[in-house]
Amino acid sequence: MKRIYSVLVENRAGVLCKVAGLFWRRCFNIDSLAVGETEDPTVSNMTIVSSGDEHTLEQIAKQLNKKIDVIKVKTFDESDSISRELILIKVKYNKDNRRAIMENCEIMGAEIVDMSTNMMTLQMCDTPHRVQIFVNSLKGLGIVEITRTGTLALTKCST
Amino acid sequence: MTGAEVLVKCLEKEGVELLFGYPGVAICPFFDALLDTQIRPVLVREEQNAAHAASGYARMTGNCGVVAVTSGPGATNLITGIATAFADSIPLVCFTGQVESHLLGNDVFQEADISGACESFVKYSYIVRRAADIPQIIKEAFYIAGSGRKGPVLIDLPMDIQLEEVQRFSYPKELSMRTYKPTVKGNGAQIKRVISQLKDARRPIMCVGGGVHLSGAEAEIRRFAEAHQIPVVSTMMGIGVMPTEHPLYFGMVGNNGHVYGNRAMNEADLIMMVGARVADRSISQPDLIMTGKIMIHIDVDPAEIGKIAGPNTPLVGDIRTIFREMEKHEIQTTTSAWLRTLQGYKTDGADREVQNRRSRSIKGKTLADPAQFLRELSLAMKKDAIVTVDVGQNQMWACANYVVRDGSFLTSGGMGTMGYALPAAMGAKLACPKKQVVAVCGDGGFQMTMMELGTMEQYGIPAKVVILKNRTLGLVYQYQKLRFKKRYIVTELGDTPDFEKLAEAYRMQYFHIGSQEETQDALQAFLADEKSAMLVCDIDPEALA
Repeated sequence: MKRIYSVLVENRAGVLCKVAGLFWRRCFNIDSLAVGETEDPTVSNMTIVSSGDEHTLEQIAKQLNKKIDVIKVKTFDESDSISRELILIKVKYNKDNRRAIMENCEIMGAEIVDMSTNMMTLQMCDTPHRVQIFVNSLKGLGIVEITRTGTLALTKCST
Repeated sequence: MTGAEVLVKCLEKEGVELLFGYPGVAICPFFDALLDTQIRPVLVREEQNAAHAASGYARMTGNCGVVAVTSGPGATNLITGIATAFADSIPLVCFTGQVESHLLGNDVFQEADISGACESFVKYSYIVRRAADIPQIIKEAFYIAGSGRKGPVLIDLPMDIQLEEVQRFSYPKELSMRTYKPTVKGNGAQIKRVISQLKDARRPIMCVGGGVHLSGAEAEIRRFAEAHQIPVVSTMMGIGVMPTEHPLYFGMVGNNGHVYGNRAMNEADLIMMVGARVADRSISQPDLIMTGKIMIHIDVDPAEIGKIAGPNTPLVGDIRTIFREMEKHEIQTTTSAWLRTLQGYKTDGADREVQNRRSRSIKGKTLADPAQFLRELSLAMKKDAIVTVDVGQNQMWACANYVVRDGSFLTSGGMGTMGYALPAAMGAKLACPKKQVVAVCGDGGFQMTMMELGTMEQYGIPAKVVILKNRTLGLVYQYQKLRFKKRYIVTELGDTPDFEKLAEAYRMQYFHIGSQEETQDALQAFLADEKSAMLVCDIDPEALA
């Protein structure tokens, strides 16, 4: 089971380390973790995606709440949220695979954001699920490097 | 004013009278500022023991214990003490000196990332960046350490911050933290649910843990048990909540607990876990206490509830506050048949114990029987005496046989740190100078912290020390005997030092029990006066705990 934790924390040195350390120490998974400042510069928002059984997922929320730098923990499933992930993929191209790469981009709504004579960088921002489909579609087509933000998520405006 | 002067002023505001420490260059400004206050520093002989001593002090005063050590090795030596306090939720505020701020991260002399190293066993930690922040940090640190689920807080103090000039001093009166608001009052609806479940129960039982002591709720628990005739068992950390010979008390549960206590837990139809973690040593099969039973879990830490076993009724809050609230409700319970059953189990268990003891002595052993010795020791001590118990076989024997009357029983439960008893006894004695304080150790654990006899002598701390001498690391020796078919390795201590000469070196009185018959006389002499004394009791290395 997957779950998303939207965690408001004090924007202080060392807090990321404390939260990540908690997951490590208690053997909780981190599928992804994204951090950034909120509208209030003293507060950061961490979006953590984790997976495990129901008991573990409940423990994660409780242990996060116990951390003294944590202000608030919101827990939700992907279906209750708008979630997005940004990915950059550098691929090596030649005249044989160039067409296939471009078609995949077109189908999945990805963009080519940088290019040289034999490399191009693709960008896609979509749901984590569609991002994964896109990555899979490029396997065997010369992937050189990938970087992705991890999931960012907010609860839906109306549920 | 310097940062260090501000700091000691804050400690005065917090009512600190005493702290345990060990100096080094990086904490010198702090100790220098301490000279101009009424706060007494106690120089221990090794940093870990400062934390254990502060733990004993904190447990007897109910206030935070305070520790101050230097950077680098001073700080890292402290780690085991901090982890021990964390495992048993003991409130400590620990100061570590640190290298100058601009050198942090350069791996300079005696630099250690102590807040990083301790992250997973402190309740919170600070690295002070500006001297002006000190009052706010100290206020928060004492509040965090001493409220909610208590625990150690670490404050790392770079040298330059201790020397930094601060324009003016003001100590915050109020504290409001948006990230930390521990629940004190129990939820009213949940309390009502507990009451109604208790009314329906035929075989209720309370299992009390260290949380009851930490909340200072011993009297409330006793009153509640007596008013509703509910039997009580305890975890190791909950020993002393009920007097051992109270008719409603049925001993310690767990691997090393009383058979009748475990049986009571298994046969109950309602279990109230009160300030206990459902930890593996107390409840080895958490599923068992869930099936066919109602489980109520009362704890100040919501994360403990449901961590191991999901209760039917969780109740979060301070135990004393909750039981004072529960007292106001009418509860009719009919437990007389249940209590008779349990009393029967207890009598059987006690008879078997007496038989066992006889059969052991029939084998011609003239050495004192450790189980019997601990019972006799406890009865020879004053009613309100404090005992600190080390870790190993001595702890198992003490848990099973020491009779707590009006006093306190302190041991390292969660971490099981050998060497805890002696420094904790020093702390307890300093907290309660009028009470009799006895440390019970094995000859292994004693040798881990025996350097503290120096501290005891220097400061005239008249705690008494019992050493159960079997020339082995008994509990592991026993484990190797049973589990590894007597393939003993690294568990024999050889001849052990001449403890009599050691006592003489530290100018302590010395007593010795070489055989069972000498026990009573030696105990009388050992406990006769207020001076520090050492009592060595020879026991059989093959005795099982």
